[in-house]
Amino acid sequence: MKYLIMMNVDPAVLEGLTPEQQQLIGDGHAAFMARTKQSGEFVATQALADPSRSKVVRSNGHGLQVTDGPFVEAKEFMGGFYLLDVEDESRAVELAKQIPDASVPGLALEVRPVMFADMGDG
Amino acid sequence: MTVDDDAEGPWRELAPRALAGLVRRYGGDQFEACEDAVQDALVEAHRRWASQPPDDPAGWLSTVARRRYVDRVRSDRRRRDRESREAMLRVPVAAPGGASDDSLLLLQLCCHPALTRTAQVTLTLRAVAGLTTQQIANVYQVPVASVAQRITRAKRRLTEAGADFPRPADAAERMGSVLDVLYVTLTEAHHTTTGDPARDPGLAAEGVRLTRLLRGAVPDDTEVAGLLALMLLTEARHPARVGPRGELVPLDEQDRRLWDQDLVAEGLALLDGVVPGSSPGPYLLQACIAGVHAQARDTGSTDWDEIHALYRVLEHRTQGRNPTVVLNRIVAQAMVDGPRCALGELETLAAAHPDLPRAQSVRAHLLEREGRTNDAVRAYRDAARATLNVAEQRYLRERARRLVVDE
Repeated sequence: MKYLIMMNVDPAVLEGLTPEQQQLIGDGHAAFMARTKQSGEFVATQALADPSRSKVVRSNGHGLQVTDGPFVEAKEFMGGFYLLDVEDESRAVELAKQIPDASVPGLALEVRPVMFADMGDG
Repeated sequence: MTVDDDAEGPWRELAPRALAGLVRRYGGDQFEACEDAVQDALVEAHRRWASQPPDDPAGWLSTVARRRYVDRVRSDRRRRDRESREAMLRVPVAAPGGASDDSLLLLQLCCHPALTRTAQVTLTLRAVAGLTTQQIANVYQVPVASVAQRITRAKRRLTEAGADFPRPADAAERMGSVLDVLYVTLTEAHHTTTGDPARDPGLAAEGVRLTRLLRGAVPDDTEVAGLLALMLLTEARHPARVGPRGELVPLDEQDRRLWDQDLVAEGLALLDGVVPGSSPGPYLLQACIAGVHAQARDTGSTDWDEIHALYRVLEHRTQGRNPTVVLNRIVAQAMVDGPRCALGELETLAAAHPDLPRAQSVRAHLLEREGRTNDAVRAYRDAARATLNVAEQRYLRERARRLVVDE
């Protein structure tokens, strides 16, 4: 069963971290990746650039429109994700708790099951 | 349509047998060529078996595949002979000799004008530098399958363009591409797009090795000398450029005693041998700028007037079309005339190039030097949001944090 663990990021919280704290978080992610790869539960992870780098494609009723943004002063946004293949939801939550962001006040992890996937490898 | 599309045919069983037979006969290093030959035979079988089914399909397929293989090898050999004869006649750097000459010939081949710049670089990394498809995928952060596709497409284009390989009339133009590809290799090695790691040592070493080869082949070319000097001086800074936790250390905070003095000396000696009397091109100018930095003890004692002058020449040479050059000139100008005037010029540049990398972080630095702390904090945060390089992002966030804490 695949689960997406989304890392909710608050840029203000990240800026408040000392280099030592950042280092601890970085090391924690490396260890988490190593462990889940070892157990075979790791599928993929990606870190996303800031939402201000986004382009939005939508229909305006007449045709397609491409705009910059969103520029909203979002307090939190999805900064990246882990895609894991685990036994069940409780295991996904258990793993989410091991991600270092979980123990940093102001950051959060959102766990959601995947309904459809095409990894482009088949 | 290929025969493989017929999932239920006898092909799935027959094809591997024919392939195995060929590989056994001609060796594992011919695997790709054998595969191609079997594919050819399958196409022919598909066409002919409907009207003329063979008595012994396996035997038929193996025989036709073997013939196709021999045909391919013969025509390849003829083409290779023709190409290397032409290359020797027309491209002096590709004179016959040892493995190094092969590298240069390959380098020129990979820089064929029929290929896009990305294809040129990809093919160079693969064919000349010997990086695996996986390594190239890591460099560009794209799937392995995309790199494989890119390489296949590039090879096909080269084959299609075969008649005019290597184009003789534009030797100078080809040299421009060769230098550009080597420069991209250097840039990519020192600024990987994920920033983690901040540098790819294998890629950097390969860029230096190839440029040395090129320098040996055309010792009078000042741009080749300039590019080599630029690479050596950039490489020399590496030990001071990345801190113990993998973070980027900016030039003005680097401990210059850590710079590799052998590389510095070699780079400066190259420049000494080239500069007098030459009309400098863009690579030589950049190398001269790196040379001025290399001769200074720290940022304070750097000859910023000289650097500013060199950037002005470079800006003129590139006709102001390269915004990164203009940005660097503005940085040098700020060191000479102070940040205020530079900030104004920066606004104009950023308005014309809203996505220019580093423009935001330069702005933040200038604002900090002006003492406009609040604006600087905001600018550092904007800059961190704009960059795709993780190490740079950490550095910029840390600058913002330090300013806030000091307040």
